[in-house]
Amino acid sequence: MTDTSRQYATFYVGDMFFGIEVLQVQELIRYQEITPVPLAPSVVEGLMNLRGQIVTALDMRRKLGLPARAADSKPMNIVVRSGDGVVSLLVDEIGDVLEPAADTYEAPPRTLRAEEKDIVDCVCKLEGKLLLVLDSGRLLRAPALHESQLAEVSQRTH
Amino acid sequence: MEDTEIIKEFVIESGENLERLDREMVDLESRPDDADLLGSVFRTVHTIKGTCGFLSFGTLEKITHHAENILCQLRAGERKLTPPLVSLILDTVDAVRTELRSIEATSKESGAMYTDLLSRQEAAANLEAAPVETEAPSAVSTVLENPAEGEAAKQSALSDSPLSDSTIRVDVSLLNKLMNLVGELVLVRNQILQFNAGHDDSVMNATSQKLNLITTELQGGVMKTRMQPIGMIWGKLPRVVRDLAKSCGKQIVLEMDGETTELDKTVIEAIKDPLTHIVRNSCDHGIETPAERLRAGKLAQGRLHLRAYHEGGNVNIEISDDGAGIDPQKIREAAVQRGLLRAADARLSDREALNLVFLPGFSTARQVSNISGRGVGMDVVRTNIEKIGGNVDLASKPGEGTCVKIRIPLTLAIIPGLVVSSSGERFVIPQVNLLELVRLEGEEALKLIERVNGTPLYRQRGKLLPLASLGEVLGLSEGSKWSEREVISMAILQAEDHRFGLIVDGINDTQEIVVKPLGGQLKGLRCYAGATIMGDGRVSLILDVSGIARASGVIGDSQVAARERDADSRASSETGERQKLLLFKAGGFERLAVPLSLVARLEDIALSRVERATGGMAVQYRGKILPLIRVPDQPGSFVAEAALQDPVHVVVFADGDHRIGLIVDEIIDIVEDFIAVKEASRCAGMLGSAVIGGKVTDFIDLSAVIRSFDEGWLQDAASSVKEATVLLAEGSTFSRGLMRCYLDIAGHRVIEAASSQEALAKLAGGSIDIVVTSLDLPDRGAFELLDSIRQLPALRHIPVVALAGRGASKDGDTGNTGNFSECLLKFDRVAMLRSLDRLSAAVECREPAAVER
Repeated sequence: MTDTSRQYATFYVGDMFFGIEVLQVQELIRYQEITPVPLAPSVVEGLMNLRGQIVTALDMRRKLGLPARAADSKPMNIVVRSGDGVVSLLVDEIGDVLEPAADTYEAPPRTLRAEEKDIVDCVCKLEGKLLLVLDSGRLLRAPALHESQLAEVSQRTH
Repeated sequence: MEDTEIIKEFVIESGENLERLDREMVDLESRPDDADLLGSVFRTVHTIKGTCGFLSFGTLEKITHHAENILCQLRAGERKLTPPLVSLILDTVDAVRTELRSIEATSKESGAMYTDLLSRQEAAANLEAAPVETEAPSAVSTVLENPAEGEAAKQSALSDSPLSDSTIRVDVSLLNKLMNLVGELVLVRNQILQFNAGHDDSVMNATSQKLNLITTELQGGVMKTRMQPIGMIWGKLPRVVRDLAKSCGKQIVLEMDGETTELDKTVIEAIKDPLTHIVRNSCDHGIETPAERLRAGKLAQGRLHLRAYHEGGNVNIEISDDGAGIDPQKIREAAVQRGLLRAADARLSDREALNLVFLPGFSTARQVSNISGRGVGMDVVRTNIEKIGGNVDLASKPGEGTCVKIRIPLTLAIIPGLVVSSSGERFVIPQVNLLELVRLEGEEALKLIERVNGTPLYRQRGKLLPLASLGEVLGLSEGSKWSEREVISMAILQAEDHRFGLIVDGINDTQEIVVKPLGGQLKGLRCYAGATIMGDGRVSLILDVSGIARASGVIGDSQVAARERDADSRASSETGERQKLLLFKAGGFERLAVPLSLVARLEDIALSRVERATGGMAVQYRGKILPLIRVPDQPGSFVAEAALQDPVHVVVFADGDHRIGLIVDEIIDIVEDFIAVKEASRCAGMLGSAVIGGKVTDFIDLSAVIRSFDEGWLQDAASSVKEATVLLAEGSTFSRGLMRCYLDIAGHRVIEAASSQEALAKLAGGSIDIVVTSLDLPDRGAFELLDSIRQLPALRHIPVVALAGRGASKDGDTGNTGNFSECLLKFDRVAMLRSLDRLSAAVECREPAAVER
């Protein structure tokens, strides 16, 4: 992580401040109507129509095991390109694009909770706050399915 | 390097040429005098040769050169086309194909020398040409040694076809992209039309009408670019048929109608293999040998007819032959024998019976040939065709032929679907799965929906359909129960070979929808086939009807698992005792099981027909008296002598002419399962309990039940067969009980042994005719038991039958069990009884005194 030219699109989920590499972000949009997918893993909020493209929306709060956001506050979408399609991350608030200095990077502290440790690649020490840089590959990997679904899946793939 | 581009072009072009060559050569064989055809074949070979020379592919040039020589002689009328010559040229085509593959992969020739082929070619060109005038070779060589002229010939060959100037090659990925864009345009159009419906603006209306028209036309146009004539894949069939006919010693003419019928490229690719498989089947099993055909009063030459045509939004493909046809009765027998047919389906119509060939593991072929007969084919055919939303149907008349009809949609990207709603969400059901819509109100709903222990069933025109509620399957409707609603709407759907009713909150309308795949996060969900965008811009999920059927239990998971296991591989490593079981409720037991192989029929008999005769109930059944017995009541339950239902559900067990009916309260299901937990019997008349389909199930001890009813029955039955005293050695109490059932009912006297020690002790006691032992017998195993038996002079000749578990492959077992009299699969009732009959007959011959005890 010594490449200084890295830029991150930043956002807030709860009181945590995250960044994702700007090159992977397709766009930032306001809340869109979402169609729920029954039986889907809980992280999947549903499907939305992004100009004719169907995008799976993942709720970052649920991914991080945080309480659901208040009913009156609508999340924002960060649309991220991944290997197999486009995924939207539902976040509380969107921040600026930052380019942290090379010497601010540090490996994630071991005391992070499993939820965060699982998806955080490294930590940047910024003025007054910490930027948690996400590993989008791990973030977008198909989330663990519930047991019942696992059973279904294993049956299918038997 | 520029060369790579040229080579790529060459590979593509030659590939097409080769396919045409295959087809034309076979045509030529039947019409050897067709000069145009011959000319076309010659030009094709010549083109390939010319380009090879140009690109300096020496080997290719050499083999095509020789082929060209031969063709040239043919064209000049110097010799006649003979089948060996056709084979030779086709072999050349194969060699060229192999080389092309190598060139495509490495841009180099494979390095193989094809000396055999070349010498054959040379021999053919020289020897046979000898009797004719010898000007030919020189004429050939002038053409060949002059590359410029070769090129010119190629040019003229191309300009012969009027198509060459008006077509361009387009990358398939570009077409796919166009198709996606059009799909999106269709969605936008839908949105605008919907928006427009709510506004009254004449200019806007007119504009959106225009948009509508143009979009529809554009959609049609783009879809057309992806269309290919079915002849593309039929092209290789003449060759397949010819080769098969030769190897089977048959004469088959292939006729094709409607080669120009067009289909979407993806669909074409998906039906390629199934189609070939069906054609191979027809050649191998369908059409008889010339001798058989003549005997049946048909022409020696069999006819295989392919026909393709459009009908509605679908393409129909028919593959018919005038061969031996399929006897539905044989299918039924084979299906029951293979344990594929549920006894409940025993009253199948001929048509339904024929379609059993699509079940996994089905084959009536008496012997497995290298072409077909392993019973893996037709189910794969059906699976592949259903995967693209099509269906297969089979019709056949014994002696007259078979016709397989495939129906497939024109395209996959845009499909018609029915929009339904459940708990405020909309879902799309693909139209192909939809059979009909039903709306039930008030009284009617109560009358037509029955409940069996909470499971809803719908009485549709006298047949029972299982019901599932979409809301419940998807875990949506917790608030309002569908059953409490005034109006019940349901869609009758077909999933694989099962029909069921899906209850929804509302049925909206049908729409053309654009199918979009689901993202990776949702791939594991089997209830959805994809998603689409509706007219209002919202996303809706497309239901996967088979997935819904499975999730709701309409298609049993054990069945599905069995199907998948079968399809996966025959050599599954599963061990244990897999059996088909009939589950029913009777005599205060909630869940009883009996091996399906013992069941002859399931009957519903009107209560009025049940008569009381001396000592029990009976009914007149098929001109005989069928005694009826009841399952002994569970101790402690007070349902004794409960009134009989009307109609009375009867499970009929039969042995030869002897039948007995068991009165049950209700048939629950037929499952195929591994018997998981084994617990010895808790009460009389039961063998024990096991977990079947996730629930504790009691196994009925049929022989005990029958004995308690009528001591004489088993003896009576026994008198009709060659009675034998059988020592049954098997470690598992449970399996022993089941097998004892089979033997008892067949009329044999059974002595049980749980270990080889016990078996030897009982054998020493004498009076045993046949030993049946499980291979995995406790303490010393079946092999040592056999050795011990063979060492005792008194027992040396006693037949010993070994039973192998299902897990082991049959071939593997018979390989090292040569010393046993026979080796059979455990629980293969028919085979076991047959072998016992055989062996006891043999015993009788040797020492007649042994039987009379």
